[in-house]
Amino acid sequence: MMTSETINGIGHMRVSGEMTMYTVIEARDLLQETLLLCKEIDIDLSEVTEIDSAGLQLLIQAKREGARAGMPVRLVSHSPAVQEIIDLYRLAPEFGDPMVMAAR
Amino acid sequence: MNLDQALHTYIAESRGLLEEMEDALLGLEHDPDDADLIGALFRAAHTIKGSAGLFGLDAVVGFTHGVESLLDQLRDGTISVSTDLIGTLLECRDHISTLIDKVAQADAPLDADQEAQGERLQHALHAHLGHLSDADAHANTHAEAQLDAHFPAEPGALHSDGASRIELDNWHISLQFGVDVMRNGMDPASFIRYLGTVGDIISLQLDCAQMPAIAEMDPQSCYLGVEIDLRSGADKKTIEDVFEFVRDDCRVSIMAPPSHVAKFMQQAVPLQGEVDKIGEILCDAGILTELELAQALTLQGAADGGQRQLGQILVELRDVPSVAVDVALDKQRQLRENKHQESKFIRVNAAKLDQLIDLVGELIIAGASASLLAVRSGNVALAEATSVINRFVEEIRSDALGLRMVEIGETFNRFQRVVRDVSKDIGKDIGLDISGGDTELDKTVVEKIGDPLTHLVRNAMDHGIEPAPLRSARGKPLKGTVRLNAYHDSGSIVMEVTDDGAGLNRDKILAKAIERGLVAAGAVLSDGEIFNLIFEAGFSTADNVTKLSGRGVGMDVVKRNIHALRGTVEIDSREGVGTTVRIRLPLTLAIIDGFLVGVGSTSFVVPLDMVLECLELSEADRQAARQHDYINLRGEVLPLISLRSVFDIGGDVGRRENVLVVKSAGKKAGLVVDTLQGEFQTVIKPLSKMFHQVKCLSGSTILGSGDVALILDVPALIQRASGAAVPQTAAAVKTGAARA
Repeated sequence: MMTSETINGIGHMRVSGEMTMYTVIEARDLLQETLLLCKEIDIDLSEVTEIDSAGLQLLIQAKREGARAGMPVRLVSHSPAVQEIIDLYRLAPEFGDPMVMAAR
Repeated sequence: MNLDQALHTYIAESRGLLEEMEDALLGLEHDPDDADLIGALFRAAHTIKGSAGLFGLDAVVGFTHGVESLLDQLRDGTISVSTDLIGTLLECRDHISTLIDKVAQADAPLDADQEAQGERLQHALHAHLGHLSDADAHANTHAEAQLDAHFPAEPGALHSDGASRIELDNWHISLQFGVDVMRNGMDPASFIRYLGTVGDIISLQLDCAQMPAIAEMDPQSCYLGVEIDLRSGADKKTIEDVFEFVRDDCRVSIMAPPSHVAKFMQQAVPLQGEVDKIGEILCDAGILTELELAQALTLQGAADGGQRQLGQILVELRDVPSVAVDVALDKQRQLRENKHQESKFIRVNAAKLDQLIDLVGELIIAGASASLLAVRSGNVALAEATSVINRFVEEIRSDALGLRMVEIGETFNRFQRVVRDVSKDIGKDIGLDISGGDTELDKTVVEKIGDPLTHLVRNAMDHGIEPAPLRSARGKPLKGTVRLNAYHDSGSIVMEVTDDGAGLNRDKILAKAIERGLVAAGAVLSDGEIFNLIFEAGFSTADNVTKLSGRGVGMDVVKRNIHALRGTVEIDSREGVGTTVRIRLPLTLAIIDGFLVGVGSTSFVVPLDMVLECLELSEADRQAARQHDYINLRGEVLPLISLRSVFDIGGDVGRRENVLVVKSAGKKAGLVVDTLQGEFQTVIKPLSKMFHQVKCLSGSTILGSGDVALILDVPALIQRASGAAVPQTAAAVKTGAARA
């Protein structure tokens, strides 16, 4: 489930629950819309309970589209599930967002 | 299968392998880094142990196991070759040899000394093993620690961190997921996670180049590709199986780590005959999986109708690094050669071979008799037929004799060990130089020449080669050299043992000989004659008796052994420069090409190799010969030997006499005979014991007519050229003739 609200031209997106194959179409549409409306985007991932490669693809897409438009796209408050998949694909350096290391 | 027979085969094979081990060890001493030699060593030990297990030879298995472990570490490079290690391994090899010998003697128990030796060697092995495995463990933990220190915190840093050693040794896996992979219910991430259980993912590079812009993308399609470096001890199959479920939706290529390839290079996939396809070789080595092979083969078949090389396809598919293909190609060639050799050689019982040669001998006699009868019968067609048969018989003869011919090289190579051990024993630095190893000679001769050669080599090392200080004083290289050489020379094989040592002291030998009454004081002797005195029994000029030689026993035995083989031995020596002992042996002991001559009613055979030419003794020469026993042959003095007088054959001298010019060991002589009867294949029948004292005859043979012909011992005849006929010789001829 993805929500988006725009405050002062900054898109605040929030994903909750799963971010998988089954939810990505909807999420993509919302992302695409937000990308058109805003100058900056924060994506809050704290509520993501489950994420798969499709979800990750979308995050990559967000970063890439943002970079293409010269618009900062920040991933914030990674949930453990998000952290795990970013670690798995070794994307932390590329995404460049500060991640809070979960205490393992 | 007859177990007993199998055991014999095992023993024979083990001995062969032990010889290989010895060669390899000695080779390693010169070239400690030769991976091939280490591989050969390991395989030999491994095979001996493995087969010993089959026969339940626990002693062999137990001991060889230790050796094998050590060799394994050597092969891995965890320990390195040292002189000390080679010394130990050589001793171990000898001990295994002892153990095998015991097996051959129906499992005789080891004696106390041998037990102790075994114990001692086990300890020595453990010392090498234990010491180094500690160091090894240490090195490993160190590397591990380094890796841990770098890896979890900053994965990206690995590239720039000088950790190339770690990076180099990884599997490289390229994955390009299919578009539908997620729709088919599979998450690429889960495969990567699973891969993490097979090994450590050292680095991972995500490739999203395929992903279109957000508007065009289908979020449910997969656009991901990854390049992974994986550190894992698993084999390729295991890694490939990780992607089993996604196989249809994914392009996977897995490249083995370089060390794996290196291992594969060393390891020499067991060289069994069956595997000789390049794909199978790579599969066996765990570099290629069957699946990849199948794909590549399909590609090969489809694309060019099999025109393209499989190796090339594999490299292009990135399944296999090209270096591995090169190695595999090499291996393939080796396998083919092996196969080739396998089909080229068969083991034959020597007795069967001897029997065959005996039969061929009989065939020659029978053939000669048949053709004689055919000629006498006056039936031209029959004579022609028998001559054809004879031609084939002749070919069979030379082929049959060829079967017995072996190269001398193997015998020579054994001296590497002798020279090594002796030079250690006596504290001289001496190398062995071998040439002419491919010279062939009869197997029985090879077997019998080993002991005399050993004696000569030891002698050369002990007496010939001077101690290092003296050598440097004489301006010679400090390292002494003993040379073994062999070559063919007019129907004989010549073997030379040469040293670059002090040479023989002519005057000292002569003085000693006079002192011992072997030579009359004031006698004039040639150098060769003087040097030959050292072959007299009990003759020694050595001032010191050493462990090895100097007691004056041995050289006479050498001479006797060589004479027993119908050979001769001579010595060349220059004081201060070196000594060469030259052994001259007949090529074969059984059948020779002879030249038949007649004196009165007696026939003689002269080995054809020694015959230079035949000429008629002119009336003028006959006159001259009666006075001084030589003639002028084209300006050369040719001593004459009248067989009639040597063998005291009665009857009138015919109207004509002929001279057969023979040569042996560089000396020429003319044998005066009545008739020349031409070439004749001769089967040598040894003279019975009764005639052992007879000089100048080396055997007898049976002519086609059933008559006995005597084979002349030309070297002895030439030697006696100046002497008078010996009565007993003449007597033998009469007896021989009477027998016939």
